[in-house]
Amino acid sequence: MKKTQFFPRSLVFGILLFASLLLAGGFTWKEEWFLQPANFPAPVYNSKANPVTDAGFKLGKKLFYDPILSADYTISCGSCHIQAAAFSHHGHDLSHGIHDLLGTRNAPGLQNLAWYSRYMWDGGITNLDLQPIAPITNPVEMGDTLSAVIRKLNADPQYPGLFEKAFGTNRISTDLVMKALSQFMICLVSADSKYDKVMRKEGVVFTADETAGYQVYRQNCASCHPEPLFTNQQFRSTGLPVLEEGDEGRYLVSLDSSERFTFRVPSLRNLKFTFPYMHDGRFYTIDEVLDHYATGISHTTRPDPSFILPDGSPGIRFSPDQRKTLKAFLLTLNDTAFVKNPLYDEAGSQLYIK
Amino acid sequence: MKSIITLSAALLLLASCNRKMTPGSDGKDASSTLTLSFENYAGDKTVSMNGENYTNASGETFSVTLLQYFISNISLKKTDGTIITLPQDSSYFLVKESLPASKQITLHVPKGNYTAVTFMLGIDSLRNTKPLSERTGILDPAGGAEGMYWGWNSGYIFFKMEGHSTAIPDNKAGTKKFRYHIGLFGGMNSPTVNNIKNITLDLKEKQVAKTGAGKNPVIRVHTNILQMFTGTENISIAKNPVVMVSPFSKHIADNYASMFSLAAVDNK
Repeated sequence: MKKTQFFPRSLVFGILLFASLLLAGGFTWKEEWFLQPANFPAPVYNSKANPVTDAGFKLGKKLFYDPILSADYTISCGSCHIQAAAFSHHGHDLSHGIHDLLGTRNAPGLQNLAWYSRYMWDGGITNLDLQPIAPITNPVEMGDTLSAVIRKLNADPQYPGLFEKAFGTNRISTDLVMKALSQFMICLVSADSKYDKVMRKEGVVFTADETAGYQVYRQNCASCHPEPLFTNQQFRSTGLPVLEEGDEGRYLVSLDSSERFTFRVPSLRNLKFTFPYMHDGRFYTIDEVLDHYATGISHTTRPDPSFILPDGSPGIRFSPDQRKTLKAFLLTLNDTAFVKNPLYDEAGSQLYIK
Repeated sequence: MKSIITLSAALLLLASCNRKMTPGSDGKDASSTLTLSFENYAGDKTVSMNGENYTNASGETFSVTLLQYFISNISLKKTDGTIITLPQDSSYFLVKESLPASKQITLHVPKGNYTAVTFMLGIDSLRNTKPLSERTGILDPAGGAEGMYWGWNSGYIFFKMEGHSTAIPDNKAGTKKFRYHIGLFGGMNSPTVNNIKNITLDLKEKQVAKTGAGKNPVIRVHTNILQMFTGTENISIAKNPVVMVSPFSKHIADNYASMFSLAAVDNK
């Protein structure tokens, strides 16, 4: 029997979309919030072991924005990972924790975390479920102990009920706190930039400058910043001169002297929102970064061979025209829908369940 | 039918070739008990945390304020050569000098006579990489393992000793404190230092441990912390008051591998 269609599909979809926008504060989880974008590989994160649910996502979001995770109730994950800045610490060179303490590294943007196999600038963490332990217990970030956090959550009037809804138990454990946070974090998918739409052939095309810039990128940048994540997640030195603190980067984790001064290659997505750049936030503009690549590379931090020119001098040099078009291409990696998506919005994150 | 018999025979053969048994999981094979008793010593003095002074191989005087280490992956050897491996999930223990009960580890084992005990100082690399749901109790970074876990470089601290030494130049806070936090399981994506140590004690040096109804033999193990400062390389507290995640930690681990000795087997 042939199915009768009462409404055109697009109309149904439109109504649903409108309804979901209306309910932005009181949304309901939908599977499409964590889907593999057509131009992405399969995610690395094992969501089968921690399937995202409506209650789990909302709980993770509430935890993400709740300063209860810090020693003095002043710093939440969202303090240094602000949505408007693509979940980086808007404008801050170094992360800023409790008691106005400063960290030694730049809080990176959070996006497409389910596709990553290593976290932090030094890759010291290889499982997203273990990642939040680092900032929670770092004395210059949230400065708390995990046991205190678990105690506070168990004593809270709301949380035990929310864990019951999400996981079927009101006994809050390290495992479940981390799983809830992961459920929120893996949904931070940024795949709606102009670049993504061009790649998915959604009726958008690059301008002439962007097209030329894409070629400049592919020839000069793609080996470390490959599509579609725009990072190979490897550890590289960009030859940054050592500042007074002398951060040895990956070496601190691997104790492999060949990795001294290397850091995880950051993604080029959402650069418009995630300045300042580099592991210590020393450059505020893309031009400063490109200037460094052209003339600032220091031999003292043993730059990656990809920065060494055939004549032995360090650098990646672009003509003014190449630089102009490369910057035009990089702009196509900004995902405005991501930084404005009400799904991730801090507003209302503490209010959604009374 | 024939294939079932063949399969059963093959399985039996496999089981007997392997000569390994895992007690406790079904309750049937763990009919008796045996206790591993860890007694912390500095040379011939028992370790106290009341400011008592000890002297290491470099002639440096020090006192201890904190001493704890993970013992895991315990197995026992029977007189007939059978190796009894404890169920791994219930084979993790944190021995804390500050908590006397933690120094007595009672194991449920099949009835028998035992000639050797093997254990790991530290946490095996596999468990270091398991999901948090498989790290509860003593392995929970918010519970039993708090203070014995590095969040920034995911992994457990195996051995932790802190104290004071007059040999150390004053630090900024005016205290002469040393801190040894030794861990590292060999790396997740790329190899790094591996400070896991396996220790085997031959019980026959004293006497075979006999378990059975109404019995609970106690294997008394002495942990001599002075050994941490000597053996493969002398460790000077003045030169190395803080050792955590560093290549140097290997020297401490190589030393502490030999800090355990069998003091006695009490067949009670």
